Amino acid sequence: MSAKVRKEGTSLESVSQDTGELLDEVRIETDDVRSKANAVFGSKVPLWLKIAIPIALIAIFVVSFSVGRFPISPGELVKTLSNGIAHHVGALFGNDIPIADERMYTVVFKIRLPRVLVVILTGAALAVSGASYQGMFKNPLVSPDLLGASAGASVGACLGLLLNMPTIVIQLWAFVGGLTAVGMAVWLNKFVKYDATLGLVLGGILVSTLFQSGMSLIKFMADGDDKLPSITFWLMGSFSSINSRDFWLILLPMAVGFALLLLECWKLNVLSFGDEEARSMGINTARTRLIVIFASTLLTSVTVAVAGIVGWIGLVIPHLARALVGPNYRVLLPTSMFVGSGFLLIVDDIARLLTTVEIPIGILTAILGVPFFVFIFKRNMKGWS
Amino acid sequence: MLEVKDLRAGYYKKEVVHGVSFTVERGEFVCIIGSNGCGKTTILKNLLGLIKPFGGQVTLDGKDALTMNDRERAQHFAYIPQAHTPPFPFTVADVVIMGRTPYVNRMATVSEKDKTIAFRALRQLSIDHLADHVYTKLSGGQQQLVLIARALAQQPDLLVMDEPTASLDFGNQQLVLSQMKKLTQQGMSVLMVTHDPDHALFCADKVLVMENGRLIATGTPAEVITKENLERIYDSKVCIRDIVTDEGEQVRVAIPLL
Repeated sequence: MSAKVRKEGTSLESVSQDTGELLDEVRIETDDVRSKANAVFGSKVPLWLKIAIPIALIAIFVVSFSVGRFPISPGELVKTLSNGIAHHVGALFGNDIPIADERMYTVVFKIRLPRVLVVILTGAALAVSGASYQGMFKNPLVSPDLLGASAGASVGACLGLLLNMPTIVIQLWAFVGGLTAVGMAVWLNKFVKYDATLGLVLGGILVSTLFQSGMSLIKFMADGDDKLPSITFWLMGSFSSINSRDFWLILLPMAVGFALLLLECWKLNVLSFGDEEARSMGINTARTRLIVIFASTLLTSVTVAVAGIVGWIGLVIPHLARALVGPNYRVLLPTSMFVGSGFLLIVDDIARLLTTVEIPIGILTAILGVPFFVFIFKRNMKGWS
Repeated sequence: MLEVKDLRAGYYKKEVVHGVSFTVERGEFVCIIGSNGCGKTTILKNLLGLIKPFGGQVTLDGKDALTMNDRERAQHFAYIPQAHTPPFPFTVADVVIMGRTPYVNRMATVSEKDKTIAFRALRQLSIDHLADHVYTKLSGGQQQLVLIARALAQQPDLLVMDEPTASLDFGNQQLVLSQMKKLTQQGMSVLMVTHDPDHALFCADKVLVMENGRLIATGTPAEVITKENLERIYDSKVCIRDIVTDEGEQVRVAIPLL
């Protein structure tokens, strides 16, 4: 460094003698700065990870098709998939390509495909909203139901179950319940006019408590022989009754949520330094917070609506992703989505394989999530406060 | 360059700053001194747009600074907070590139220009070798330099600092202040709130002495950091001495008498 400075100094002195030489010197200096700047601020994610993560996800995706009560060999899977796709594409152009094996087609396209896709979306949604919340609340121990999204969605769904509503209505109520609870937390924060982020946490705790009592009340009133078990079972989370309608139902809100959060990734980096600093760097923090809360709530409520409560993903996966690629949200958010999808796919496969009666997914994510979390936390405490 | 006229400000309904006027010229190092709670920080918060003033004018090169939006304001005013630890282990490069926030577009694509400017900021403070280090594991002084580099990456007209050295040890205080002084010699303007009159004596071109939300004196450090003024604002006994350093330089120091 000091040698460099001295070199520049001498060229400055020779300015009157040879301006051309100085200009060359300056040009070299800028090129040098530019290349170094690119090296310093370029992506620091190792190439093997960029390749390994998507490949791992694809591998898990394929395996998830094959395993279950009705095992499918890779060969059969490829045959059924290509035949099924040809059938559907053919139908678009008026060609009728018959389905070779009706039974196989039903398993792959009507049962496994929607299930796998919904699991992927759910895992990504919970992980990405958890990661976003951890940055926004400047706290690595926060999960996406901090502001009451899960509690609200549960109350909505349980009410629907209690009143014997059709599935679609239950899902809608869960969604509305989640949004209502978080809306109340946001409103409480405005009402008490306390510290912007702490006020939100306070509001979230109050609203969660309120809705949890509401849920207890519903359980208390529910018929113990029939309603109560179905409510309890639903709250534990499950993908066993997913069909393709569920997938299409959640696709749009999920896409909106993902897009909103991914667009805020830069601001999430800055926001994790605190409100005042973020504002002094030109961020409209109030608006950013609302966008992140809205998107995360959308994602969480939708997952609760189709699959019940799937805990721990939103807390654990961001940490795993951070251990892999670092805390920069521009890389962390997409990585969280990949890792969340992969993790939940594996857990769902285990749920399908382990016993003849499927273990509720929420129980498994917690049982697997806790040791996992301890492991990551122990290995990656360095640099954390 | 910066002109603050009759600024009145406070929190909720309570006025803390009662009509303060001052200017900061390009390349000028201005320090505000005053006791706790006299309104020093409130002035900074107004300049940074964190709170809205009750009255008065703030103009930057004749342009109204109070009506700027967050993004526009961040292109003119940069805030250097006290070094503190964010919850995640960002690298120094991650932190410094954040200074480009008021310039990046909606998709947050970092251009080559952004990278070059951020790198120059690192180099200006001679911390380019720290770029890959984890920010949270640096010493307090190094963290402070990184935050200064981040502020420089904003390409501001004015650096605003609120007691940047408060949590630093003796050597790191010196490191940070001498870097700040060097920046003003290169043409950057600095407005700094400080608790320590010696810091103002060491680096300020102009000192604003505040008491209960009003300026009681404005001028060069030699003019306004006097026994009378210090004893008045801090309500304590002070001794001011001109001394000659080992290098033969004449400096003034303020010594609190216990």
